[in-house]
Amino acid sequence: MNDYIISVRELTKCFGDFTSVNRISFDVQRGEIFGFLGANGAGKTTAMRMLCGLSYPTSGSGTVAGWDVMREGEQIKRHIGYMSQKFSLYNDLTVWENIRLFAGIYGLSKAETERRATEVLERLNFSSERNTLVGSLPLGWKQKLSFAIATIHRPEVVFLDEPTGGVDPITRRQFWEMIYEAADGGTTIFVTTHYMDEAEYCTRVSIMVDGEVRALDTPARLKKQYATESMDEVFRILARGAKRGE
Amino acid sequence: MSAIKVENISKSFGKVKALDGISFEVERGELFGLIGPDGAGKTTLFRLLTTLLNPDEGQAEVDGFDIVKGYQAIRERVGYMPGRFSLYQDLTVEENLDFFAALFGVKVEDSYDIIAPIYRQIEPFKRRRAGKLSGGMKQKLALSCALIHRPSVLFLDEPTTGVDAVSRSEFWDMLADLKHKGITILVSTPYMDEASRCDRVALCNEGRILGIDTPTDIVAGFDSPLYAVQADNMYQLLISARRARGVVECYPFGEAHHLIVDAEFDIGQFKAELADVQGLCIKPAEPTIEDMFIKLMKQ
Repeated sequence: MNDYIISVRELTKCFGDFTSVNRISFDVQRGEIFGFLGANGAGKTTAMRMLCGLSYPTSGSGTVAGWDVMREGEQIKRHIGYMSQKFSLYNDLTVWENIRLFAGIYGLSKAETERRATEVLERLNFSSERNTLVGSLPLGWKQKLSFAIATIHRPEVVFLDEPTGGVDPITRRQFWEMIYEAADGGTTIFVTTHYMDEAEYCTRVSIMVDGEVRALDTPARLKKQYATESMDEVFRILARGAKRGE
Repeated sequence: MSAIKVENISKSFGKVKALDGISFEVERGELFGLIGPDGAGKTTLFRLLTTLLNPDEGQAEVDGFDIVKGYQAIRERVGYMPGRFSLYQDLTVEENLDFFAALFGVKVEDSYDIIAPIYRQIEPFKRRRAGKLSGGMKQKLALSCALIHRPSVLFLDEPTTGVDAVSRSEFWDMLADLKHKGITILVSTPYMDEASRCDRVALCNEGRILGIDTPTDIVAGFDSPLYAVQADNMYQLLISARRARGVVECYPFGEAHHLIVDAEFDIGQFKAELADVQGLCIKPAEPTIEDMFIKLMKQ
């Protein structure tokens, strides 16, 4: 079996005569926490949409979880997990209703949904909250639930799009512990963030500038390469060179 | 007289207590930061101070006027940039600016000096519709519109949320310029690292203020010994370090984990206990605003 859960070559997306993502190539290993960074307008969102099967590349090639990014978008969507801070759970549905909804979308059978829901609720110590409205849960619980639901179909790779924006420092750390734990268990994590301290938690980090992947390495090696103390500085050095107008 | 004076303000929405007895003052010409996560009550506080809501309890003054009785005077004197982009998307950059000038009965030329450093950056696109601008450009237009009537107090609700690190830093440079022009600024942010750009900050969480001080003095109030620990496997380290003797807390903090310890802690013993952790490295660390915020949240 291929060691790479994501492998793309020369992936490009044009909108009219504007090249949003320009020939990006990289591999993500199984079990990695892969940080996907970039300045606003660098093409991060467009690239992420292609990797999640939401948009087909203009050109290039590659696979995500074994499916072809050029033509198997529907399969990719079924086989990955996805979570964002902006859209995660329905506040006016209960914990159980949210689980059932997303499990259904991922195509789990009724029996399988029930089995995994029970398992998830037990693992999170949530069993007594089964019929609680999600809107009334504390933020930290909501995030844990959100992550558990994004992985209810046991995907090999989960895409996290700014999962911790606006979250308090304690909850943010609890969330990262969950990410560490999942990665430790073999799940690949592909994550975007504006918090540079979180870039340090990643196995490897890529930084996009003007539609291209301008740097890709471990945080330690990137800091060494750019002769700086922090990922924040590495990011600044690269993003300052951006030509594409904000 | 202070620019903003808040005394024991509370505001609830149904069962949710958005603000729970908040008091603080902002001096004239101060750049004051409200630092806290979603749900801290920052937006509710802005809406109260800009007279868009009335408090349930307590009182507040802005530029010497009571927020309930003096709301008309306050509206003429303050600039407000809400968290959500709220300009007219189908008006051009120029039309939005003219519209806000007209609302306040001023001419764009008369305030040009104050908005120039910001507006000049988007002026080349003045015939573009606001809805077609990039995030950073929208932000500059919104700030220009909020400044068009030369307000004495400027309210900025999370202007840097979702903005990349470089653009955030540029935005804070703009605020420093405005402060030098004598404008009092109250700004909120969920990014703890931005606290250092403020004269004073209030750390907020769940409708309460956890502490108010200069960024330096907030950090100076952190009185526990703090260490930074690293190892090859950071997750394993986190689990093991928490079990070690004398460790009160261990949490991820950028490239290292931060370790808060008590009197029982001994480095030699810690290393011995974690002998099976590969690449272990421990050294004293300087606390940051975020360490203090975590500490105050746990109290």
